[in-house]
Amino acid sequence: MSDDHPDKQHRVGENEPQQAEPQSQREPQPEQPDSSQQPEEKVAAAAPGAGPAGEPVRVVDQTERKRMNRRELLKLVPVLAVGAFAIPKFRQPLLDEGLHFSDWASGKLFGRHRLAQTFANSDVVPFERFPYNFYDVPDPGVDLEKWTLTVQGLVQRPGEYKLEQIQALPKIVQNTRHVCVEGWDVIGNFGGARASDFLRLIGADTSARFLEAQCADGYYESIDMETMLHPQTLFCYEMYGKPLDRGHGAPLRLQMPTKLGYKQAKYLDTIRVTNVLQADKRGYWEDQGYSWYGGL
Amino acid sequence: MATSAAAIEPKETTAAITVSYEHPRIVRLAHWLNAVALVVMVGSGLRIFRAFPSFGPKIPQQDLIDIPRQITIGGWLGGALQWHFTFMWIFVGSGLMYVIYQLATGHWRQALFTPRDIKGVWPMVRHYFLFGPKPAVDAAYNPLQKLAYTSTIFFGVMSTLTGMVLYKPAQFWWLAWPMGGFHFARIWHFAAMCGFVAFIPGHLIMVALHGWNNFYSMITGWKRDPEYLS
Repeated sequence: MSDDHPDKQHRVGENEPQQAEPQSQREPQPEQPDSSQQPEEKVAAAAPGAGPAGEPVRVVDQTERKRMNRRELLKLVPVLAVGAFAIPKFRQPLLDEGLHFSDWASGKLFGRHRLAQTFANSDVVPFERFPYNFYDVPDPGVDLEKWTLTVQGLVQRPGEYKLEQIQALPKIVQNTRHVCVEGWDVIGNFGGARASDFLRLIGADTSARFLEAQCADGYYESIDMETMLHPQTLFCYEMYGKPLDRGHGAPLRLQMPTKLGYKQAKYLDTIRVTNVLQADKRGYWEDQGYSWYGGL
Repeated sequence: MATSAAAIEPKETTAAITVSYEHPRIVRLAHWLNAVALVVMVGSGLRIFRAFPSFGPKIPQQDLIDIPRQITIGGWLGGALQWHFTFMWIFVGSGLMYVIYQLATGHWRQALFTPRDIKGVWPMVRHYFLFGPKPAVDAAYNPLQKLAYTSTIFFGVMSTLTGMVLYKPAQFWWLAWPMGGFHFARIWHFAAMCGFVAFIPGHLIMVALHGWNNFYSMITGWKRDPEYLS
């Protein structure tokens, strides 16, 4: 390092022969008596040469070695920043930031027109092997006869919607992969209306940011509008060609092959289009620490 | 004052020390960031795996292994995912930092295991583990080291690519295809972790065998009295 120094100063002096430069050129000269080690080092370092990989080799005294080591040690300070995770007070805020950043990156990666993989009927897992997943009870006892979907928020036509109105929209049937955050996955057969079609029916403001979903069992979710407008996002009322059974979320659930399982709210009761999410109403699992975006 | 200092100094400088700058700053920084990140990724990954410790179907579920809670990080699945999704950036970032640096400086030639190194592996193994003679090494790294270090890069690339498929299967489905699909991506991801876990004890034993001086060079970069100059 110190060997480079005079060279650089010479170069600057040559390129810009201004008044200030000669001063810096002159500086090393008075210093020479002090830095009498320098020539010694050069001679000594030239003797052993370099390591087999061309490692710079120097011969120094103990003081100089300590100084060099200390300087190099300081360059590793960024590693200490990671040590902040070991401090209990900082840990959770840092992890929240990390998860938030990952969610942000996931949102950037998502393409509204990039479709998730679809599968042949022969790839679909038998209905008996499609797991029932619920957080409280498998059947919250929805009265299917009287059921309506309550629509609220930033929509032109809020109110109660019957299942028949949703079924009147073009029906989409798709074989897609259902991925659980635990690590398992199943390929299932789902039928329903495109969420974007239903959002158009209710006159939703699609420039709003979120759709909140409230479920009959007390479960709740919120989904980004980009995903709600994805062509494979369904308001699903059928699985395997039959009306949704109670365990799978009758009469209506969300089905999004671009989201993890816990985002696919079942037993839908109320949906609301909104720009603001309440901190403790982002989603049942999300409020406990799962990724809010939950994108695949 | 100047004269007295000058009178003392020559005695100290007679104890001249040869030092070699073995590990540049970027390499050391990448090494330690990656070491921390690797421990977190393995620990939290095992906690995530604990939520579904199987590579088979959900129904019927056949658990392969009961991973002890004590060796995991995160406390519960959600906590472990937070660690995993935070440190993945540090893990991949430090890995990229190292690989790009090696490519840019040409140093990769020292560390990359090539077919020419194959015949040199067994003599090194014999030397280290079977008290065989020490083979002459005139390169920065011996063939066994090259094999070990190149493997870690391989495991790093493998765990990153399989991790991308597991994290975003809908976006990276095309990446899952050469791995044999989403299911195999999870198996390969686990296998890459096993590769790292197999590397670590060997690496630490070698570090211990080569002593403090060698270890110190991964901290400050400077190695005192390098063996290749004696």
